[in-house]
Amino acid sequence: MPATEPTADRPAPPRAKVKQRPGDRIFAGLSTGAGVLILVVLAGVAAFLLVEAWPAIIAPSDEIPGRGGLTLYIWPLLFGTLISAFFALLIAAPLATSIALFITHYAPRRLSQALGYVIDLLAAIPSIIYGLWGIFVLAPATVGPTRWLTEHAGFIPLFAGPPSATGRTMLVVIIVLAVMILPIISAVVREAFRQTPRLHEEASLALGATHWEMIRMAVLPFGRSAIVGASMLGLGRALGETMAVAIVLSVSGGVTFNLISSGNPSTIAANIALQFPESTGLDINALVASGLVLFAVTLAVNMLARAIINRRREFSGAN
Amino acid sequence: MAKRIEVKDLDIYYDKFLAVQNVSLTIEPRSVTAFIGPSGCGKSTFLRSLNRMHELVPHARVEGTVVMDDQDLYGPNVDPVSVRRQVGMVFQRPNPFPTMSIHENVAAGLRLNNARISKGDLDELVERSLRAANLWNEVKDRLNKPGSGLSGGQQQRLCIARAIAVQPDVLLMDEPCSALDPISTQAIEDLINDLKADYTIVIVTHNMQQAARVSDTTGFFNLQGVGQPGQLVEIDDTTKIFSTPANQATEDYISGRFG
Amino acid sequence: MPTSTPERELDLESPIGGPPLVHGTLPRWAPQFTLVTAIAAGFALFAVGTAVGLAAIAAVLLYGLAIYSWSRPIEGARKAKDRVVTAIVASTFLLALLPLVSVILTVVSRGVARIDPAFFTFSMQGVVSEGGGAYHAIMGTLIVTGLAALISVPIGMLTAIYLVEYGKGKLARAITFFVDVMTGIPSIVAGLFAFALFALILGPGVRLGIMGAIALSVLMIPVVVRSTEEMLKLVPNDLREAAYALAVPKWRIIVKVVLPTALAGIATGVTLAVARIIGETAPLLITLGATSGTNFNPFDGRMATLPVFSYYEYVNPGVPPEPSLQRAWTAALVLIIIVMVLNLVARLISRLFAPKTRS
Repeated sequence: MPATEPTADRPAPPRAKVKQRPGDRIFAGLSTGAGVLILVVLAGVAAFLLVEAWPAIIAPSDEIPGRGGLTLYIWPLLFGTLISAFFALLIAAPLATSIALFITHYAPRRLSQALGYVIDLLAAIPSIIYGLWGIFVLAPATVGPTRWLTEHAGFIPLFAGPPSATGRTMLVVIIVLAVMILPIISAVVREAFRQTPRLHEEASLALGATHWEMIRMAVLPFGRSAIVGASMLGLGRALGETMAVAIVLSVSGGVTFNLISSGNPSTIAANIALQFPESTGLDINALVASGLVLFAVTLAVNMLARAIINRRREFSGAN
Repeated sequence: MAKRIEVKDLDIYYDKFLAVQNVSLTIEPRSVTAFIGPSGCGKSTFLRSLNRMHELVPHARVEGTVVMDDQDLYGPNVDPVSVRRQVGMVFQRPNPFPTMSIHENVAAGLRLNNARISKGDLDELVERSLRAANLWNEVKDRLNKPGSGLSGGQQQRLCIARAIAVQPDVLLMDEPCSALDPISTQAIEDLINDLKADYTIVIVTHNMQQAARVSDTTGFFNLQGVGQPGQLVEIDDTTKIFSTPANQATEDYISGRFG
Repeated sequence: MPTSTPERELDLESPIGGPPLVHGTLPRWAPQFTLVTAIAAGFALFAVGTAVGLAAIAAVLLYGLAIYSWSRPIEGARKAKDRVVTAIVASTFLLALLPLVSVILTVVSRGVARIDPAFFTFSMQGVVSEGGGAYHAIMGTLIVTGLAALISVPIGMLTAIYLVEYGKGKLARAITFFVDVMTGIPSIVAGLFAFALFALILGPGVRLGIMGAIALSVLMIPVVVRSTEEMLKLVPNDLREAAYALAVPKWRIIVKVVLPTALAGIATGVTLAVARIIGETAPLLITLGATSGTNFNPFDGRMATLPVFSYYEYVNPGVPPEPSLQRAWTAALVLIIIVMVLNLVARLISRLFAPKTRS
C-alpha cells in the first residue's frame, strides 16, 4: 500500500499559510489510521487463514480427513458450493431484475419505496431462520414435486433421482439461497433502474413505444451492467452462505449434478460450520484451508462485481 | 403526411392544479408554428399535450379537444402509443440511446412498428432519414459507432432523424437548440426550414429571434400571475406578432420589457 | 397522403404506415376483470382438490393467456405483449412475497408458544427437557453485538470521515474498493479469521466472547463505513465553507458541523448494520461456541448467543425433542422481532431526524 503522503502533508491552501494545528493533525491521523486498519484487517484475514491452513497444506495426504489429500478433500465441497450458488443465481437474477422493474416502473410511484422496504425485509431475516424454514416447511413441500420431476423429467441429469424422501436436497438449498440473495440483487438493480435518464425513457415513448418496449429500449440497456454486477454480488453471498445450507442439506459427499437425491456434496461454508465444533488438530487446519479457498473465490467474485458496478457508475456519470 | 391540428378550449391539469387554461388555436400543415413566452408559462406542457407525453406525470389530464385531421387525440379508444407514433418529438437536450449505434438509433422506431422489416429496406429508410436530417454525409462512414460519440448538434440532428424515420404527421420540438452552440443551432434551423415542406412542425423556444427566423406563425404564452394558469395570449403570423402585436403584454415581452 | 418526394410513395411507405389512431382498446376494467376471473378459477381448482401451488400457477397462466388472447385481436400484438409482460412482472413480485410471508408465519406460529416469562429469565443450566429459557443467550447476544458495535462504529466512522473529508488519491481509492469487497466476505470466513488470530496468540481451542465480537466487526465495519460515507456526502459543502470562513479548524468543523448534520443518517446506518450482524450464526459457532449457563464476561470462556442457541436446540434436542425444538423456534422468533424492530427504528430515525437533503 502506498504511504499516507497524499493526506499527511496536504498541500496547504495557497492563499494562506495555515499552520497544521495539533488537533487537526491528530484527527487526520486517526481517520487515516482507521482507513489503513481496514486494509490491514483484510490482509490479516488472508494472512492468518494462510498461517492456520499451512499445516494442512504441507501435511501428508493420508492425515487429511478422508485420507485422500487436501485437494481431494476440498474439491467436492467446492463443487457443492459452486453448483448451489450457480443455480441459486440462475433463479434469483431474472426474478430480482423483474422485481426491480416492478418496483421502479410498474408499481404506483407512491408505493414504490414501501415495496422496496418489503423486499429488503427478506434480506433482514437471519440465515439460521431460513435454514429452519427450509428444513421444516420448504423441504417437505418439495417431496411431491420432486417425485413428479423424476418420473417426467428424469432424463435430465439434474432430476435423475431417486428423489429424497425428506426433501433435504440440493434443490431446496438452491431455492433457499435464491430467496436469500434475491433482495441483494434487487436492491442494486433497483437503484440503477431508478436512475435511468428520463430523457431516454421519453425518447422511446415519443417514438410510439409501449411501456414494455420503452423498458427494453431505455431501461434494460442502461441497467445491464448493474444487473451483471449485482448478480456477482449475489453469487458471492450465495457462495459464502453457511447456516441455511448446514441445516437443510443431507450430505453424503459425492460429486453429482443430481439435485433431488439424498446424496449431496456439502458446501465449504456448511462443512466448516458442521465439522468445526468437533474438530481438533490437523482437521481444523484442513477446515481453515477450505475456508481459505472460499475466501479466495468470494474475493475474486466480489472484486469482479465491484469493478463492473464501478465502471457503470463512471459510464453513466457522463450522462 | 402533414396534418392540421385544431385545439379547442384545452385545459391541462396536474391533479387539481390547472397548468394551462383555455387554449384554442389551429396549427396549419406544412408550416412552422412557434410558441414563445416566459419560463413556466405552460408552453412545454401545451406542446407535450399534443402527443400526450404530459400524461407521463401521474394524475395529469386535459379537458377540451385536440383534433388532428378529424381525429380527436383524446377521444375514447385512442391509444396514446399510436398518437405518439404519429406525432413525433424532439427534446430539449439531445438524447440518442447511449447503448445503440447511430444506425440502431435511427432504426429504433422503425423496428417497433415493423419487427420483420428487411435489412435492405431498413438501411434505405435509415439513409433517407439521415439525409433528411442533413446528417448523412457526416456519419455515413460510422453508422455502427455509438450515437453518443457525436457532437451535441449532430446528436440533436440524429434525434430528428430518429423522429422522422417513422414518418410522423407532426413533429414537436421542445426548445431543440437550447443546449447547442450557435453553429449547431444554425444547422438545426436550416433543417427545420427544409422539413417544413413535409411536416407540420411545432416548436417551443426561449429565443425570440429563433421564433422570428424559423416560424410562420407565432403564439405567445403568458402567466396572469404567480400561481395562475398559463394562457395563450395571442397567436398570429410571425411577422405580425413581431411588428404589430395586438396585445400589450406581447409587445412588452417581445421588446424585452419583461419576462 | 400527398408527399413532396416521389420516393416516399414507395412500398416502403406501407410497412411503417402505422396503426390508425383509433383502434380497438380493451375496456378499462379488462385487466381487473380477467384477474378476478383467473383467481376465481384458481380457487375453483383448489376447491376440487388441486394443490395450492398448482392452483396458483394455473391462475397466473390463465390470466396471461386470457389477457393475451383477448387483447391480441383487438389491440394488436404489441399491446398484447405489453399486457402479458405487466402480468409477469407483477407476479414475480408476488412470488417474492411468498417466502417472506411463509417464513414469518412459520416462525410466529411455531415460536409463539414459548414466549413466556421463563424464556426471558432462565438459562439452560440443568435443563434437559421442558422449561428453561434463553436468558443467557439473549444477554450473550446483546454483549457480543454491543462489543462488535463498540469496535466497528469508531473505526467505521473514522474511515468514512477519512474518505469524505481527507482522502484523495490511491489510498482512498484502495480503501473504497476494499471496503466494498469486504462487504462480500462470507461470515464463516470472518469467524475463521477471528479463530486463527486468537489461536496464534492463545493457542487452539480457545473460545471467547471477544473473538465473536471481532468476527462480527469484520462484517459490520464495511456497512458502517458505507452508510456513514453516504451521509457525510449529503452534507452540503456550503456548510463546510461557511465554517471555514469563520476560521474554524478543520477537525472542529467535522466534529461540530459535519457530523451533527449527518448524525441521523449515521444512526440509521449503524442500526441497520447491527440488525445485519445480530442474526449471524456461523462465525459465532466457531468463535465462542455454546454453553448452557450464563457467562457475561466476554474475555473468559464460552458464551451463549441467540442464533447459536437456536441452532443447537435444533441440532441437539433433548429427550423428548419437542421442548427443544420449541425453544429453537422461539429463539428464532425473538431474533426476528429484534431484527424487525431494529429495521423499524432505523427507518424511524431516518424519517424523523433526517436533514432535508432528500426531497
